[in-house]
Amino acid sequence: MEEHVYDSVYLRSRDFEEGRALFETWDPNARYAWDAGVAIGGYLRGLKAGKLIGRYCPECGRVMIPPRMFCEQCFRATDHWVDLHDTGTVITFSLCYVTWDMVRLEEPQIPAVIEIDGASPGMGIMHILSEVDPDAVRIGMRVQAVWKPAAERTGAITDISYFKPLG
Amino acid sequence: MIREVAIVGAGWSGFRSITPDLSYKELMYEAAVQAYEEAGIDPRRDVDSFVTVAEDYNEGTSIFDEYVPDQLGALHRPVHTISGEGIHGLAAAVMQILTGRFDIVVVEGHSKASNILTLPYILAFAFDPVFNRPLAAHPYYVAGMEMMRYLVETGTTHRECACVVAKNRNNALLNPLAGFGAAISVDDVLASEPVAEPLKRLECAGHSDGAIVFVLAESATARALTDAPIWVRGVGWANDTFWLESRSWGLARYARDAAQMAYRTAGIKSPRAEIDFAEVDDTFAYKELQHLEALGLCPPGAAGEWTAAGGTELSGEFPVNPSGGALGEGHLLDATGLARALEVVLQLRGEAGQRQIADPEVGLAFGWRGVPTTGGAAVILTN
Amino acid sequence: MSRNRVAIVGAGMTKFVRRAQETAKELAWEAAHLALESCEMTLDDVDAVVIGTAPDAFDGVHMKSEYLSDGCGAWGKPVMRGYVGGGTGVFAPIQGWYHVASGLFDTVLVICEEKMSSCQPHPQAAFLTIFDHTTERPLKPNLLWIFALEMNAYMNRYGLDKRDIATVSVKNKRNAADHPAALLGDPNITVEDVLNSEVLAWPVQRLDVSPVTDGAVAVVMCAEHVARRATNKPVWIEGVGWSLDTAYWTNRDLSYPVYVEEAARMAYEMAGITEPRKQIHIAEPYDPFDYKELHHLEGLLLFDRGKAPEAAAAGVTQRDGDLPVCPSGGLLGVGNPIAAAGLMKVAEIFWQLRQEAGARQVPGRPKRGLAQAWGDLMQVGTVVVMGV
Repeated sequence: MEEHVYDSVYLRSRDFEEGRALFETWDPNARYAWDAGVAIGGYLRGLKAGKLIGRYCPECGRVMIPPRMFCEQCFRATDHWVDLHDTGTVITFSLCYVTWDMVRLEEPQIPAVIEIDGASPGMGIMHILSEVDPDAVRIGMRVQAVWKPAAERTGAITDISYFKPLG
Repeated sequence: MIREVAIVGAGWSGFRSITPDLSYKELMYEAAVQAYEEAGIDPRRDVDSFVTVAEDYNEGTSIFDEYVPDQLGALHRPVHTISGEGIHGLAAAVMQILTGRFDIVVVEGHSKASNILTLPYILAFAFDPVFNRPLAAHPYYVAGMEMMRYLVETGTTHRECACVVAKNRNNALLNPLAGFGAAISVDDVLASEPVAEPLKRLECAGHSDGAIVFVLAESATARALTDAPIWVRGVGWANDTFWLESRSWGLARYARDAAQMAYRTAGIKSPRAEIDFAEVDDTFAYKELQHLEALGLCPPGAAGEWTAAGGTELSGEFPVNPSGGALGEGHLLDATGLARALEVVLQLRGEAGQRQIADPEVGLAFGWRGVPTTGGAAVILTN
Repeated sequence: MSRNRVAIVGAGMTKFVRRAQETAKELAWEAAHLALESCEMTLDDVDAVVIGTAPDAFDGVHMKSEYLSDGCGAWGKPVMRGYVGGGTGVFAPIQGWYHVASGLFDTVLVICEEKMSSCQPHPQAAFLTIFDHTTERPLKPNLLWIFALEMNAYMNRYGLDKRDIATVSVKNKRNAADHPAALLGDPNITVEDVLNSEVLAWPVQRLDVSPVTDGAVAVVMCAEHVARRATNKPVWIEGVGWSLDTAYWTNRDLSYPVYVEEAARMAYEMAGITEPRKQIHIAEPYDPFDYKELHHLEGLLLFDRGKAPEAAAAGVTQRDGDLPVCPSGGLLGVGNPIAAAGLMKVAEIFWQLRQEAGARQVPGRPKRGLAQAWGDLMQVGTVVVMGV
């Protein structure tokens, strides 16, 4: 099938630096202000107040976080808010040595999915682990949220600075 | 395509210029619940496929497809997103049903235009990055240029374009789904500020938030689900070239080609005679006229006079945009074509309230993807 | 099967390169006209066009398919773009299938294109915006996180050995040495090379990952009566399936791709396949990372849960093994221009079933193969079963 393959021209960084490859640049200036709505609006208010909250579906009985006004399994409205704990269990984690724009890090960031106590099994949220030796992190580890001081909380997921080992 | 696919349920939410109380997920959920309720179906059991219509940069999220299933009841079901006009989504659903392997297919589209802070820049981002973007003008210049060419080629007057605005925004006063109803006059329109000459501000549709969900079914299922199926009689879509430099400016070729396919699949030989009314993209006032001609609903160059003479009024011989169109309801980004189709459905069901046309049988909805594209899609519905 | 039997009758592609001089439109055109030429058709024969392309943020064009349309031969034609993230490359032929099987069109040109290099400073940055804008983006997540989180969950659940997983990268990069379009073919790579490569986001290492790439692939799909005129070796679409899981990925069991199983079951049912392990002779699952090939093989019901790695290490999935997997070299070896990568897999099955895969040809005259892609937030499975 070689005859059906086109030989694209492979450019190198040098080609740009030395002006052999021409290009145009554009910054998209794409800015948005997303309406949080009822469910996430409540979630953010909870975060500002220093707590994690979920929603309950009366049909399947799940307590869900992040909260949503509809249960995606039963396709019906969720019933009420449930106050959850700010502790949980690490379901999975990684030790990440590069940032989102591929800059190398000396100390790894530790993203994790954390199953939140008070929610149904498997109900996790994504956050960062810190105040922990990277080599000591384990799936199944118990962790707790470290909150920003109340005056600094704005109603965002970053009102929790990170999770650290419990106890 | 006679009586093989029908719309059996329709739901909507929003249709206001802002919807700060609801997230897009909640807007979609509300519209979906209404549509499923009307169709009498449970999406977790009865729906074979879901088609959504969305563009990443309208949402501010890459791979927006990720975020659609939960609020539509589509978890673990076949779901796909079409990055196209709402009516492309309807066409995709129709094709799936025609394969014989899908009985019930759901279509969804929405707009959260109010959440886009830099919409003109987003539109500019759709332009050719090498040849056009560096000109860095407000994207509506393309509409201005096209309008100018259209007026020159057809002899249509600016006044006649302004008649479209007056008609549509006055129609909108009768439409609870319309946020831009106003007793606007032709003179008001012509006196409004220039945007991109000759285009005036009041000739450009504002934006609305909203969500629309349709339930489509194959014929036996449709008849079992409802006494009032709205049959998809024909569907067609087409693009002209994307190049600004070589596209057809005066004639909306994409509309002509989309309509030809729609008429062919519908078995329609004389559109004006066999269709009773139309909901046609009017993102800019002149577009309604240009589209009417390209769709073959009036002779070339005649749409302006026809409109000025009242032929396309609610009370006229061929109502166009009885809903008020985008000018009256607000532009719903890629869901705008679905808003056009929604009105056709409501009219055909006799559910159009104060703006009800007398005994319509066949309606056409046509959507355009907006500046700077030449993409359009048409659907012909009948009761 | 359905209203119209649908076949793939031609395919063409560009080389997959790290950064192409060609614009996105030009890449699309090169692949499209090669696909048409391969079955001696012209644009006049094409009734409709399907475009598959993934995030607009990479190419840097909003409503990307409009911009690409000319390069895809869509002038004056019906054209539609489907977009299911990384699943797009295998979804595009599914769209082509329903275009033809509906009876509305006889011949459809399907093109997938990606020009990731346009995104500066690094295409990786565009992936930031796949995360939820309110509950996740403020944490500045990185695409590598979700792969690493999933890989860790998978390895932990089944007690997997990284060494076994690394054999996938080795197999695919070696297979790719025989692919004329490959970016990262390497006939000499070893498991040690993979295990010694830089840790990016543990447990993911550099050689576990497929590269950012530019490229395009196109196939021509026809209804039966046209297919039989176009070629004496049409490759039939026997089954299609797709399924989407919840956006709430942090609520899911990441150790098993349920959505791939759902998609596979749908495709198998349509194809009349009751024993996939016996009836599928060759597989091209999506392999953006080495562990994903294994994860997906299990979701495709071709291996038991947690058992694909040891099968891979034992050589079962080599070209001359019991079930050749990614004989093309996959994304790990050929490259990963997201949507084009998935269609590359479909093209590979096409060429393999026609005995046209040259040095990559798997022995034994396979009759039935499948291609699978995956994308979104580890959410979507798209599967096509093809046969001769």
